[in-house]
Amino acid sequence: MNLMSLKRNIQDLRKRKIEIQKGGGDAAIEKQVAMGKLTARERILAILDENSFHEYDLFAEHLARDFDMEKKVLHGDGVVTGTGTIYGSPVCIYAQDFTVAGGSLGLMHAQKITKIMDHSLKMRVPLIGINDSGGARIQEGVNSLAGYGEIFFRNTLASGVIPQISVILGPCAGGAVYSPALTDFVFVVENISKMFITGPNVIKTVLGEEISMEELGGARVHCEIAGNAHFYAKTEVECFDQIKKLIAYIPHNNKEKAKKIESKEPLKKYKIEDIVPSDSKYPYDIKDIIRSITDGSEFFEVMELYAQNIVIGFARMAGETCGFVANQPKVLAGVLDCDSSDKAARFIRYCDAFNIPIITLEDMPGYLPGVDQEHMGVIRHGAKILYSYSEATVPKITVIIRKAYGGGYIAMNSRHLRADFVFAWPTAEIAVMGPEGAANIVFSKEISTAENPEEMRKIKIQEYKEKFANPYVAAGRGYVDQVIEPEETRSMLLHALSVSANKSVSMPQKKHGIPPF
Amino acid sequence: MEENTDDRFLGEYPMILLSSGIYKTELSKKFENRKKWVAKDPKKIYTVIPGTIIDVLVKPGQVVKKGEIILILESMKMQNQIIMPFDGKIKTIFVKADEKVPREYLMIELA
Repeated sequence: MNLMSLKRNIQDLRKRKIEIQKGGGDAAIEKQVAMGKLTARERILAILDENSFHEYDLFAEHLARDFDMEKKVLHGDGVVTGTGTIYGSPVCIYAQDFTVAGGSLGLMHAQKITKIMDHSLKMRVPLIGINDSGGARIQEGVNSLAGYGEIFFRNTLASGVIPQISVILGPCAGGAVYSPALTDFVFVVENISKMFITGPNVIKTVLGEEISMEELGGARVHCEIAGNAHFYAKTEVECFDQIKKLIAYIPHNNKEKAKKIESKEPLKKYKIEDIVPSDSKYPYDIKDIIRSITDGSEFFEVMELYAQNIVIGFARMAGETCGFVANQPKVLAGVLDCDSSDKAARFIRYCDAFNIPIITLEDMPGYLPGVDQEHMGVIRHGAKILYSYSEATVPKITVIIRKAYGGGYIAMNSRHLRADFVFAWPTAEIAVMGPEGAANIVFSKEISTAENPEEMRKIKIQEYKEKFANPYVAAGRGYVDQVIEPEETRSMLLHALSVSANKSVSMPQKKHGIPPF
Repeated sequence: MEENTDDRFLGEYPMILLSSGIYKTELSKKFENRKKWVAKDPKKIYTVIPGTIIDVLVKPGQVVKKGEIILILESMKMQNQIIMPFDGKIKTIFVKADEKVPREYLMIELA
C-alpha cells in the first residue's frame, strides 16, 4: 500500500468516526440539552479519567428489518460502549444514547452492551451502565426482549464477582428497569431519572389514579419510598462525583481488597463522649458516633434517604474500607422494621461478597410494632438481617452503645450469629425486653398484690433496670467480649480489625442457601 | 352443579385491565383492599409511629422556623422529636400531652 492511499484511508476513517460520534445529530442533541441532560459521550468522559476512554463497536449497525427500518441509519445503534479508568483503575462502561432513536434497545444495541459486560466479568473490573432509553425498540419485536434478557442474565452472573453500578440519567421504563434492579448500586438525579414498570398513563387508565411521572418514579421516590436507588444527586456532575467516590471505596472484584490509603485520625470536633445523652429516652445522631470513629471523620453513606432508622455506608479504618451498619435513634427511635431490614441485609451481603469487614453500631429498642408491619411480613423481612449476618464470613465486629433488646439484639450481629468481637459501652442495656414490660411480667404477682401497685411497679421497674438493663449480665456469659469506655471505641475496633485480617472460617458445602427474600 | 361453560366463566369473574389488554380473572383480597394513592399534603403532620404525646411545644398561630422541635412523641423507649418541615405558621393542633396516638394520626396542621 502506498503512503498516499494509507493517508486517504486514515482520512476516511476519521470522517466516519466524526460522523458517528454525532449520535442522533445536532437537532436531537439540542433536545437532549434542553432537557438538562448531557450526551452519552459527555457523561462517559465526565466519569472516567481524562483521556482514558476507549470506545468499541462504534461502527455497529442496527438489525431491524421490518417497518422500513432497514433504510434508517442509527449511529452506534444508540449506545456507546468502551473501557477506561477511574483513579487509574480500569472499568467497563456503557451509555445509552437518547439522541439516537430515543436510546431504544434493539438487538445490536443489546449485543454491544452484553459484549462489554462479558469483558468486565472476564477481566474482573467494575461495570458502569448509564441508562437513558425510551425502552424496547418496538420495531424489533421479540429480538429486543431477547436483548434485555441477555443483559439481565449477565447482571446475575456477575453479581458478587464485580461491582455493578447503574446510573439512571433519563427514562428507564418497563422491562428495562430490571438491569438496574439486579445491579449493586443505582444512582439517580433529580428531575432527570424516571424509573417505573408501568407509566402514569397506564396507571390512570387501569386504576384511575392520577400521578405525575416524578411522583410515580422520580429520583426522590426511588431513594425515599421505593428503595430502588442508593444515591441521590441534584445534578449529573454531583452524581458522577458520587460514582467516583464509591469506586474509590470498594474492591474492584471479589478476589481483591479495597485499595488501602493512609490512615487519618478522626476530627477533634467529634467528641465521642459528648454525643450520647445520659437518658436513654433521648435521641442523638448515630452518624456523629460513626464520624467520631472513622478515618478523617469521613463516612460515605449508602441509601441515605431510605429507611433512615438504620444507617449504612462505607468508611475507612486505618486506611482500609469497612462497611458500617448502625441503628439511628434519631429516626423512629432506631427500630428495625421491614424497610430497614431489607436495607441492612442487602448491604451486609454486599460487604461479605467483596471482602469488606462489617462494623455494627447498635442502639436498637426492638422491632416496630403494628398491624401494618406484621401484615407486610416483618417476620420474613426481619429474618433477612439474621440470615445475612449469619452467613457473612468477613470480619464482623459489634459495638453496643445503648439499647439491645429482644430479637433485635440477636439480629444486630450478636455473638450468637458469630460476631468475631462484641464490645459494649457501660451505657449498654442488653436484655430480653425493656424494663417496663419485663417488670410487669416478672413481678406481676408482687405488683398486683401490693398495697400500692403503682408504687410497687415503679420500684420493680427500677430493680429490673439496675439488675438487667446493663452490659454486665451479657459480659458475664461471654456474649460481650469487653465492656469498654466510649473513648476506646476506635482503638478497640482497629485492634479487632487487625486481629481479624486473616480470618478464615469454613461454611457447609452447598449450591446456595435460601435467604428469606 | 352446572357445566362450566364459557358464558358462566364470563359472568363470574371480575375484569382486570392491564397494559397488554383486558382479562377476566379472580382478584386477590390484597388487590381489592388496596389503598388508592393520594398526594401527601406537606402542611399536615402525621405520626409515623404509634406512641404517647409527651409535650406540644407550639401554639396555634405561632410562627415556627424549619428545623425547630414542635412536638415530642414517646415511642419505642425514646422521646422522638417532631421537627418543623419548613418555615411556617401553626394552624391547628389536634393532640395534647399524655394522649396516646396511633400511626398515621394527624397531629398538627400548618397554615
